[in-house]
Amino acid sequence: MKLEQTTYNRALEIVNDICIGCSHCMKVCPTEALRVSEGKAKIHVDWCIDCGECYRECPTRAIRVMDDDFSRIFNYTHRVLLVPSVFYAQFSDNITKKRINDIIGELGFTEICAVEQSIDSLIEEENEYVRNAVKPVISSFCPAVVRLVQVRFPSLVENIMRLLPPIEITAQYYKRKYAEYGIPDQELGIFYLTPCIGKIAAVKSPVGGYTSPINGVINMDYFYNKVYLAYKQKIPVTKEVVVNNAISSKGVLFPTTGGEARLIEGKTLSIDGMKNVIDFLEMLENEEVDGVDFLELRACDQSCAGGILSHRNRFLIAESMRNYASTLGGEHELVSDYKKHCSAVIHMEKIEPRSMVKYDKDLDLAIVKMEKARELRRLFPGIDCGACGAPSCEALAEDVVKEQADINDCIFLRTLYEKRGELSLEEAVKIMESIWGKDRFVKRNY
Amino acid sequence: MHLEFKVEGGDFSNAGSASSQIKRVLKQLNIDPSVIKRVVVALYEAEVNIVAHAYRGRIDAYISSSGIVLKLEDEGPGIPDVGKAMTKGFSTASKEVREMGFGAGMGLPNISDNSDVFTIDTIVGKGTSLNIEIKFR
Ligand SMILES: Nc1ncnc2c1ncn2[C@@H]1O[C@H](COP(=O)(O)OP(=O)(O)OP(=O)(O)O)[C@@H](O)[C@H]1O
Ligand code: SF4
Ligand code: SF4
Ligand SMILES: [Mg+2]
Repeated sequence: MKLEQTTYNRALEIVNDICIGCSHCMKVCPTEALRVSEGKAKIHVDWCIDCGECYRECPTRAIRVMDDDFSRIFNYTHRVLLVPSVFYAQFSDNITKKRINDIIGELGFTEICAVEQSIDSLIEEENEYVRNAVKPVISSFCPAVVRLVQVRFPSLVENIMRLLPPIEITAQYYKRKYAEYGIPDQELGIFYLTPCIGKIAAVKSPVGGYTSPINGVINMDYFYNKVYLAYKQKIPVTKEVVVNNAISSKGVLFPTTGGEARLIEGKTLSIDGMKNVIDFLEMLENEEVDGVDFLELRACDQSCAGGILSHRNRFLIAESMRNYASTLGGEHELVSDYKKHCSAVIHMEKIEPRSMVKYDKDLDLAIVKMEKARELRRLFPGIDCGACGAPSCEALAEDVVKEQADINDCIFLRTLYEKRGELSLEEAVKIMESIWGKDRFVKRNY
Repeated sequence: MHLEFKVEGGDFSNAGSASSQIKRVLKQLNIDPSVIKRVVVALYEAEVNIVAHAYRGRIDAYISSSGIVLKLEDEGPGIPDVGKAMTKGFSTASKEVREMGFGAGMGLPNISDNSDVFTIDTIVGKGTSLNIEIKFR
């Protein structure tokens, strides 16, 4: 299948050598952005929303996260790591935050800051925004949700809250702070430790006419292993690290389910998990939802506790975060500092829809192709078996009319043609090989 | 392109299925979201009217590059006074229908507001047909 070049930054890549073309990923992709061809999974990048569902599902770990090389941090004299509260919750409770921070310093960072530090001031802005905006306002926190709306629900794009997510505000605070210290910009490296690939994409190609000051994104799964290994090896502490752990209970809970919605006035809902989010957005699009002011929508079950780069069980992580929050106050000491510059810089511009060109950009052609596809669908068995390398009979029909697949890719039709003597066995095998690869037909001994 | 749907009177749980399928089709054709919204609102109201006020009906949708034409025909009591039915707030909906959140008397005015062409043909004791047209550009 021909894959179009993209203008969107991709946060995932399929490593061909490891991919066994099993199609597990294809079946979970919420935008049908995956196909199997020549025995390998392929991503249609324009349709990908960086939710990471495919990564979660891949049995061979053939899907690689396009994070930044860790050694890049040493390009900077001052190396700040923005740590999300889910990171500390990866560890069991008997490993102290102090010990974790010491290790982070030992690994090379000069300062550590809690990402959710900006929440206390952001929340006032959010409430102000929600009072004046088109309802219901959809939180801009989860980048996978923002992209889902852009791609699958273009009519709801205007409901997305046009305020920057907390990581960006915290990063900007750091930029400013170091500038005030008189440190040249090129000496400061701000790195974000991410629990998901959505945030990688969000930092590298943000929406709403914005450029992120974050210099690099570190994969939390990778970093967890690095820190845990150092912990196990009991490495000695030789370096000083500045720890800015000003954070409130609100901040810690913000990335968990309900953590944002409960701080917003009016009628709010918190919905987590991709399927639940999609179902609700369908209803919203059909105008079946009335009187809701604010929607906290998160792609992952248990929100960021269930992020794809999380190592520990998501329920335990969420519990750990609640536990930590209960030891903290409702507001932290830097809040007035944040407020001083917050409202000036946190607004983003209009977010553009990213409509999927399903059939054709030209409407006349699109209608003709769609009619053909509807005809084809009547021929296909409608069981969405996936043996054709497309996620559903409907998707195969679309691919066929776009000349990106062949009608004979359908094993049901092919069997029919074979039976009628219209297709030879050799031809049928060749077709199967072109989808699932030659190796698939070598007899295996299990 | 022609699509057709059947509608059963009294079946509120399925009301809206035609409009959501049409919505899907229009989205896949990359029709302007604000136009899709108008189509969905108009069709949904018309669909619900068959469910709430008639016995059964059918919907035919014709899509071309210039726009969508929706024809809804039902077997039902018909509308004795169309002018009155078209006024905002007028409703003959039963208590049960009101309890389900319908019956504000806003359906027909809403269809009118959201369409470019809207005509009603009705015969009392036989049924009602609507013709709704919405242009894409
Ligand atoms: N298909 C129909 N068959 C018979 N009567 C109808 C039909 N459609 C509308 N009517 C009559 O016209 C009236 C006004 O319709 P309209 O859709 O504006 O309001 P409603 O259906 O009563 O309430 P709402 O649409 O706000 O839930 C209805 O109460 C009903 O008497
Ligand atoms: S990241 Fe999500 S949208 Fe992108 S290919 Fe994977 S499952 Fe599909
Ligand atoms: S819920 Fe959190 S971890 Fe999951 S995709 Fe959204 S922002 Fe990332
Ligand atoms: Mg009505």
